[in-house]
Amino acid sequence: MASHVELEAQIDRWRGYVQRNRAVSPADVDELEDHLRGQIADRQATGLDDEEAFLVAIKRLGNLDAVSREFAREHSERLWKQLVLVPEQTDNAHATPWRELAVVLALAVGAGVAVKAGLAWTDDSGALMRNLGLLVFPFLAVYFAWKRRISRYVAAALIVPFAGLGVVLNLYPFAPAGATGMLSALHAPVILWLLTGLAYAGGRWRSDKRRMDFVRFTGELGVYYTLLALGGAVLIALTLATLQGIGVDFQPVLKDWVLPIAVPGALLVAAWLVEAKQQVVENMAPVLTRVFTPLTLAMLLVLLAVLATAGGFASIDRNLLILMDAILILVLCLLLYSISARDPLAPPGLFDALQLALIIAALALDAAMLTAMLARIAEFGSSPNKIAALGLNLLLLMHLLRAAWLAVGFLRGRLPFAAVERWQTRYLPVYGAWATVVVVVFPPVFGFI
Amino acid sequence: MRIDKDLVAASATPLVLGILTEGDLYGYAILKRVSELSDGSMQWTDGMLYPLLHRLERLGYVSSLWGTSDAGRRRKHYAITPAGRDVLADRQQQWTVVADALRQVWQTAQGPGAAIEGWA
Repeated sequence: MASHVELEAQIDRWRGYVQRNRAVSPADVDELEDHLRGQIADRQATGLDDEEAFLVAIKRLGNLDAVSREFAREHSERLWKQLVLVPEQTDNAHATPWRELAVVLALAVGAGVAVKAGLAWTDDSGALMRNLGLLVFPFLAVYFAWKRRISRYVAAALIVPFAGLGVVLNLYPFAPAGATGMLSALHAPVILWLLTGLAYAGGRWRSDKRRMDFVRFTGELGVYYTLLALGGAVLIALTLATLQGIGVDFQPVLKDWVLPIAVPGALLVAAWLVEAKQQVVENMAPVLTRVFTPLTLAMLLVLLAVLATAGGFASIDRNLLILMDAILILVLCLLLYSISARDPLAPPGLFDALQLALIIAALALDAAMLTAMLARIAEFGSSPNKIAALGLNLLLLMHLLRAAWLAVGFLRGRLPFAAVERWQTRYLPVYGAWATVVVVVFPPVFGFI
Repeated sequence: MRIDKDLVAASATPLVLGILTEGDLYGYAILKRVSELSDGSMQWTDGMLYPLLHRLERLGYVSSLWGTSDAGRRRKHYAITPAGRDVLADRQQQWTVVADALRQVWQTAQGPGAAIEGWA
């Protein structure tokens, strides 16, 4: 069959071309290919060589655009990309879709039960806060570990940090309601999330592409989780109202069972949805980032204007600083998400300029915050909270500065977009390292206060 | 002789359904049968057969099943359904009426030879 290599390559190219049309499903391409091969075989039987047989068969198949148009007319629903959760069974993939659904549901229940057990067994709200992430994220990591069939080496690279984190969070003698305990509770999820990313990448965490995939996944997960939460809230509200009308008090069941199990469980279901629809549905990301980038830029500009006119950055109070940290992190997430959604080959455009403006506004805000923080440290001395905040803001500053530099280079056509992407994905572990420092080093250094 | 495009389109459904009453077939075999039946004068654009088959399937006139070809590839076979047979019977009556009318109009007055010249 070696002599038909070129023919097979031609058929492959043809498949690729036909598949690009959204109205023609993979099964239809199979059907058309069967036809094409039938036609080719008959031509070959009459003495034509591969090349001629292929050309005749293609010609007989007709103008592909016209055929696709006819397919589109018959299957207009396909132009709306649909989410197929359990794909039609094909010959080579027996029953795995259902198995995956079963695994996901089991893990979702597992995460729910773990949280429920955590709620039942500890009265200490500080300990619970610290452990909440540990109760949920391992289930997500297990899902990806299972799905990507990770190696033992990677499994160890996951289990050891998870276990280490569990030991640190539970055996450190944190002071009740102390600052370091609170900081650990806030920073542990960052570490856990990056560990989940390690599982997501199937251990190939050195690959920039896989890291970008994880960023994309994180954004889509946020979208899906929000949608599930909204739908769940509507269902719960209707149930609650109806049962109340009948005179049944549903609230204790809701509070004790439904929410503790459904809230973490929905995270796994959302993760699975993102995985399932990856190939099928156009991502929401390009739409969302195009809507929110200009809006966020407007918000930052308003904030900067208000801060500038409110008289001196140094007088900004503590709560406002925390709030602005949250805003900066949000901006950064939006930036990452929009970079992950961008077609890397597209030339620089208006939207990239808008993104640069967003980065510069964020830099200005960060600079203002850093001045305010340094002023506060000079005035009141240092504390775990202040140092943690200062560290985070310095990390953000570095991240944004380099991002701005690269964005300028890209806009001026001096750098490929890949350089922008690479900086973003390579910087991510820095946050994990810092979070680890805050969780592991801060408590003993500051005497567990 | 090439058959007019509109005529091909109008006869496609009854032709496909009729061929399927002879037994289950896959797309390429259906086309070969069409060519055979018309002595090669009905040349369809091969690709157009499939949207047609899918439409007939959606309407419930045919059903499809994935099988395997001799070469071990996936191959989709079509079979006519009872609803398809009803439709075919209906179409047959319609075509008989049309063919009758044509025959009568061609045979009256001028005679067949003149009629064929006039229509060609």
